[in-house]
Amino acid sequence: METKTYTLSVYSENNIGLLNRISAIFLKRHINLESFSTSASEIPDVFRFVIVINVTPNTVRRLVQQIEKQVDVIKAFYHTDEETIFQENALYKVKSSALFEERHIQNVIKNSHANIVTVSPEFFVIEKTGFREETEQLRKDLEPFGLLQFVRSGRISVTKAKMGISEILNTFKNNNN
Amino acid sequence: MSANTQNKSKVISNISGAEAVIRCLLEEGVETLYGYPGGAIMPIYDELYKFQDKLHHVLTRHEQGATHAAQGYARTSGKVGVAVATSGPGATNLVTGIADAQIDSTPMVCITGQVASHLLGSDAFQETDIIGISTPVTKWNCQITKASEIPEIMARAFFIARSGRPGPVLIDITKDAQFEHFDFSYKKCTGIRSYQPYPILDEVKVEEAIALINQAKKPFIVWGQGVILGQAEEEFKTFLETSGIPAAWTILGLSALPTDHPSNRGMVGMHGNYAPNMLTNECDLLIAIGMRFDDRVTGDLNTYAKQAKIIHLELDPAEVNKNVTADVTLLADCKITLHRLNEKITPKTYPEWIQRFDDLDAIEYKKVIYNDLHPTKPGLTMGETIEMINTYSKGNAVIVTDVGQHQMVACRYAKFNQSKSNVTSGGLGTMGFALPAAIGAKMGAPDREVVAVIGDGGYQMTIQELGTIFQQKLAVKIVVLNNDFLGMVRQWQQLFFDKRYASTEMVNPDFVKIAEGYYIQAKRINQREELEDAVQDMMASDQPYFLEVCVEKEDNVFPMIPTGASVSAIRLE
Ligand SMILES: Cc1ncc(C[n+]2csc(CCOP(=O)(O)OP(=O)(O)O)c2C)c(N)n1
Ligand SMILES: [Mg+2]
Repeated sequence: METKTYTLSVYSENNIGLLNRISAIFLKRHINLESFSTSASEIPDVFRFVIVINVTPNTVRRLVQQIEKQVDVIKAFYHTDEETIFQENALYKVKSSALFEERHIQNVIKNSHANIVTVSPEFFVIEKTGFREETEQLRKDLEPFGLLQFVRSGRISVTKAKMGISEILNTFKNNNN
Repeated sequence: MSANTQNKSKVISNISGAEAVIRCLLEEGVETLYGYPGGAIMPIYDELYKFQDKLHHVLTRHEQGATHAAQGYARTSGKVGVAVATSGPGATNLVTGIADAQIDSTPMVCITGQVASHLLGSDAFQETDIIGISTPVTKWNCQITKASEIPEIMARAFFIARSGRPGPVLIDITKDAQFEHFDFSYKKCTGIRSYQPYPILDEVKVEEAIALINQAKKPFIVWGQGVILGQAEEEFKTFLETSGIPAAWTILGLSALPTDHPSNRGMVGMHGNYAPNMLTNECDLLIAIGMRFDDRVTGDLNTYAKQAKIIHLELDPAEVNKNVTADVTLLADCKITLHRLNEKITPKTYPEWIQRFDDLDAIEYKKVIYNDLHPTKPGLTMGETIEMINTYSKGNAVIVTDVGQHQMVACRYAKFNQSKSNVTSGGLGTMGFALPAAIGAKMGAPDREVVAVIGDGGYQMTIQELGTIFQQKLAVKIVVLNNDFLGMVRQWQQLFFDKRYASTEMVNPDFVKIAEGYYIQAKRINQREELEDAVQDMMASDQPYFLEVCVEKEDNVFPMIPTGASVSAIRLE
């Protein structure tokens, strides 16, 4: 079966071991993570993992079942790229001399819609938010000027459809009473 | 995390974390636990000493034995088994038993000591990351670093271990938390927000299932341990008797239905019976009850029951369409589902379809069973030994098996009248399981006869638990079926590796002397004429008893579905 990029959204309790528990589910199945990030969610005390993987539809379904099975996971979802709005964030550190000596770099920065975050006598830092191809293109474009450091965040994403975690939590509360 | 709790006990002021652990166990109704002491768990052992009139701690001879004993206890009593170990090597020795309990859905709580919290991460003496190590093989685990956390975490541990699809939970408690004093009170856990162990049955699906059952001409049931774990034996029997549908068991489903029940058509899977395996690929409706389509049951999935509609009664949402895609999934506790089905089912019979089972049974009897049970060659067979045990147990014993040929033979031929009587390591296939599991099985069902049937290989993996049996004066009956081989592996070598017997032949010690060294009455036989008296004596004894039966060295277990082959490719020779 064809593999595809899927974004998993996992809503969970904040538990020290949970990160390990979730990553173990992928390790056990020899599945590589494209990206993994965790943050607060729209609900107080509920955490959200965003995980990107490239697998078959059957595999992603089973993975989400296994993740949801974990005691501290409230609910897990998976979506295709078309079903989500997603972004990545990248930082580029370049030596400042490039900015003054190479006029062309200014065009590169302007055309890429990147922001300059900080400038010091030694280096300056550019930030770009966008799709993988966009942050990647900028990395390639900046390389000739001497890229001192490059880093890209995991994908963050929101879904077009609603996930209704508050409603789910309410039914859970009723089930338990 | 928020937990719904009730029945808060009164406050006991200023007790240690270690005492709190004991009080939690008592609140949860624990009477027996298995374990092994060491530095990081000593405060808890000190409290076990003080509470010894209320809590019976069984000192096993290895921590792996403690987990298997806890499993055996859980399997015959239906309660949560408890195992205790110290940090480091004590904790890592638990891992095999935890993995076994995880894959066989056995409720167990393991408590490990841990180095003091200020030493965590310093590679202190006997520090090991048991939370990290046990994560993939536990239903839940948690480290406690403050005494005040003990009651809530322990309550959660027991709730999680026993509810929904049961499983093992590990609680790791730092030594300073065991020493720390606090004001104790206990509330049983009745719910955890993120954990919904009992999905609610969809009535529409019940109607769909009934419609499929009504249409079926050749329906077939395969049941697993879910029937036992869900305490649904009565509902299940009613369902069988009303529906008239023939049924076969997975190895862990064995004993949920009395073996001689007319609906029982034997075992499915690699060494299961001929008829139920063959007819899996002939039925027009397969009803799977509390089973998970393990590969040892299904063989090649691409040729498994493709002609049939499938109804799956399952409690764990993660099992839904995991290996086999069902036409109708009834996601709920099978006790509830079977009850609903029983209300709606029309009584029926399938004489022609049942005749197919009888016909194939006759073939298996002639080619395999007759020779196993009534051998003409001089050497004793495993099959006739099990049959002799049946004669004297009258089907009332708990049979605990290890892993290998003897396990398959015992499960194929043992007779059971009562549920929770078959204790074996199914999913993990853990050699060394049986002897310690028999200890727990006997303590979980003290009024019942417990017979452990073990291979000469697996026996030597946990043979030191004879010491526990002796010390506890447990009337466990131990039968070693000695073929001087790692028989099951040898069988594969014979069939699939041109008889290259790489490291499967064993030069064995004098097992009788070893048992006698532990002051256990022991006997060895190798003649057919000795078998009946030996089994009779063993069963009549009210003491622990060891019987070594020297059997044919190179017998094979048939039928057999070669790994990865279709269930229809089952071989009779
Ligand atoms: C801990 C462990 N190691 C290895 C195996 C692989 N294995 C499966 S059956 C078997 C042979 C068992 O030999 P024995 O206990 O003598 O039983 P027999 O098959 O001869 O009845 C082995 C080595 C296993 N299941 N468990
Ligand atoms: Mg053997």
